[in-house]
Amino acid sequence: MSTVLDDSTADNAAAAPATKTMTGAGIILEALQDLGVEIVFGYPGGAVLPIYDELFKRNAIRHILVRHEQAAVHAAEGYARATGKVGCVLVTSGPGATNAVTGLTDALMDSIPLVCLTGQVPTHLIGNDAFQEADTTGITRPATKHNYLVKDVNQLGKVMHEAFYVASHGRPGPVVIDLPKDILMTDGEYTPPTQVNHRSYRPQVDGKKESIAAAMELIANAKRPIFYGGGGLINAGPEASKLLQELVHLTGAPCTLTLMGLGAFPSSDPQFLGMLGMHGTYQANLAMHDCDVMINIGARFDDRVTGLLSAFSPNSKRIHVDIDPSSINKNVTVDIPIIGDAARVLAEMVKVWKAKRYKLDKTALDGWWQQINTWRGRDCLAYKQAGTEILPQHAIRRLFEKTQDHDCYISTEVGQHQMWAAQYYGFDQPNRWLTSGGLGTMGYGLPAAVGAQIAFPDSLVIDIAGEASILMNIQELSTIAQYRLPVKVFVINNQWMGMVRQWQELNHGARYSQSYSEALPDFVKLAESFGAHGLRVSDPSQLDDTIDQMIAIDGPVIVDVCVKRDENCFPMIPSGAAHNDMLLGPEDQASKKTSEQGKALV
Amino acid sequence: MTSSPDVVEQHTIAVLVANEPGVLARVIGLFSGRGYNISSLTVSEVDGENSLSRITIVTSGTPMVIEQIKAQLDRLVPIYEVHDLTNEGNHLERELALVKIVNSGEERIEALRIADTFRARALDSTLQSFVFELTGDTPKIDAFIGLMLALGRVEVSRTGVAAIARGEKVDMEVTNITPTQRQKRGKRVTK
Repeated sequence: MSTVLDDSTADNAAAAPATKTMTGAGIILEALQDLGVEIVFGYPGGAVLPIYDELFKRNAIRHILVRHEQAAVHAAEGYARATGKVGCVLVTSGPGATNAVTGLTDALMDSIPLVCLTGQVPTHLIGNDAFQEADTTGITRPATKHNYLVKDVNQLGKVMHEAFYVASHGRPGPVVIDLPKDILMTDGEYTPPTQVNHRSYRPQVDGKKESIAAAMELIANAKRPIFYGGGGLINAGPEASKLLQELVHLTGAPCTLTLMGLGAFPSSDPQFLGMLGMHGTYQANLAMHDCDVMINIGARFDDRVTGLLSAFSPNSKRIHVDIDPSSINKNVTVDIPIIGDAARVLAEMVKVWKAKRYKLDKTALDGWWQQINTWRGRDCLAYKQAGTEILPQHAIRRLFEKTQDHDCYISTEVGQHQMWAAQYYGFDQPNRWLTSGGLGTMGYGLPAAVGAQIAFPDSLVIDIAGEASILMNIQELSTIAQYRLPVKVFVINNQWMGMVRQWQELNHGARYSQSYSEALPDFVKLAESFGAHGLRVSDPSQLDDTIDQMIAIDGPVIVDVCVKRDENCFPMIPSGAAHNDMLLGPEDQASKKTSEQGKALV
Repeated sequence: MTSSPDVVEQHTIAVLVANEPGVLARVIGLFSGRGYNISSLTVSEVDGENSLSRITIVTSGTPMVIEQIKAQLDRLVPIYEVHDLTNEGNHLERELALVKIVNSGEERIEALRIADTFRARALDSTLQSFVFELTGDTPKIDAFIGLMLALGRVEVSRTGVAAIARGEKVDMEVTNITPTQRQKRGKRVTK
């Protein structure tokens, strides 16, 4: 696929940008400036002091001081997801680097472009078990797309530029650059490269024309087509979402999105079936099961989406557009694979569709929509807000209705509240939804909200949280206080690790082992102690007022929404079940037991 | 090659990589992390000036797994090329083995006779032992060792499989051997 080419330094010599001599730390800052990096999320320590000194002296890049390295990475993820830029992280050696590992793995699973600079003990001490030494490149090898240990200061500038190239090209991901302290303090030469010409990494971005033509012909002859979009649409930039809308509208076919893809197609569009998968809608999952042509764009047939693989969409021909060839035929075999960037492939698809004047068979399509509308008629997300307790679904729906006219960014933690947010908060634009999909990292939401708010200081940034998840990175309230970030934290407080409790109810005879949120803080007082506003609501009639109040406050707010404690997240495809074997509510749960094989799955 | 989806096949994969620190760990980590099987793995620098190494991996899996292995290898950043020699037509596979056998009397003579049949060379000899050098494909080496085991105490060192396609097609060209790295290493040893 890729070919051996000359090293980039030769090409760059021709353009002859001025070579400058400076310390390693200076080269890092110079490269960051050349790369257009504006924000770095980080936490100082012994091994990276020269970089912090250079930050201080130059005062050219804004550093956001977090309270834990994991949060630095999540904040950079939130920043990257909301802006489409590469997030940048700076942490020290040893514990700084190991604390960052969860965030790096999270970014790897969700394909978020990041560059993480880690300090390292001086070169001559590497391998000696020195103070705050860790084998960072060894530890982060499976947690990153790529990593570097820089042992020659003259290579540093090149490595910096290459790292940003690798992080943002092809399937995006996190890249670590490990920086021994002596390298930071030694003088070296820095040549600003005109362009990165990577020796071996040349991802394919344009889909093969023949494959695209074949795909469009397959779609044109479909009777029951469905578009299934994923996070790749978001990574390909807002243009990809626009093109997807155009193509879906041109064909008249239904569209569903994965958790990571939400926002790539407007939730308010009549052709949108809602999210699919384990907690997806009835109509989306059944349409996936019964379709005859499936068009997957930028999604990866994740196990949360497919359910039981042997019963996954049994009668469909499948088209799979992905920038990563290893995603093809990994879980599900496909008929027409197209390797390329979602936006570029979609542009070509739209072009072919128009040029060939394709049209779906009207009778068949009408029949398909009729079938889909019957499924929709089940109204699988219906809930009834009655009584004295707030239903979590209702809380999120009202939050959506109250905030939808604002310029809004929503992050979440992981668990029931996350699924309810995906179901009841509607997204009409890409880049507005920040969540931890692949890794499922509790504690993601608050730092991710910090990252988004830093990028968009005037927008309304809300972390929809659970009372258990939020405690995993609660220290970031201090970051929020320091930078006066008006982040709103909407805690769906049911006093349980809700998703754990739900699974224990479903699969473990309601033995609620260790899932009760014992000894919770008073979130109102907690907010106040960090200089934020604290609000609490438990009466359904007060919910709207509380949300209004939260929006009106010019500053950080924690809203403790005390909700019904034993509400479960439906619809649900239990582990090991097929798309057409969903639990729609508590009644189904009682009658359909999870298989023993299913219980062994996650 | 026609193959059924559930049959486990053995494939020999040649990989051209940038010879940089950690590249072998990346390849091995990929195999262990994703649960792929390695029957044999060999690696050596093949082009010093361009800093290229070639890795030969013998692995097994269903056709879908083999495709995954190749795709996963290809997306590693320092990897230039991945070739499935098993799929791409005729190729040669060779191993080198050093086999020490300790025995005496009639069995010692028999060992020497067998070594001669296999075109193995005696590199070292005492009154009680031989060290044979033998090259060949894996079954040949296996057969030789099997025979030696019947004739005395045996110690074996094998290189694992090196492989290359037959014919005039050059898939992974090497332009320079420039053993600069090796000379440096040599100097250090003599100090």
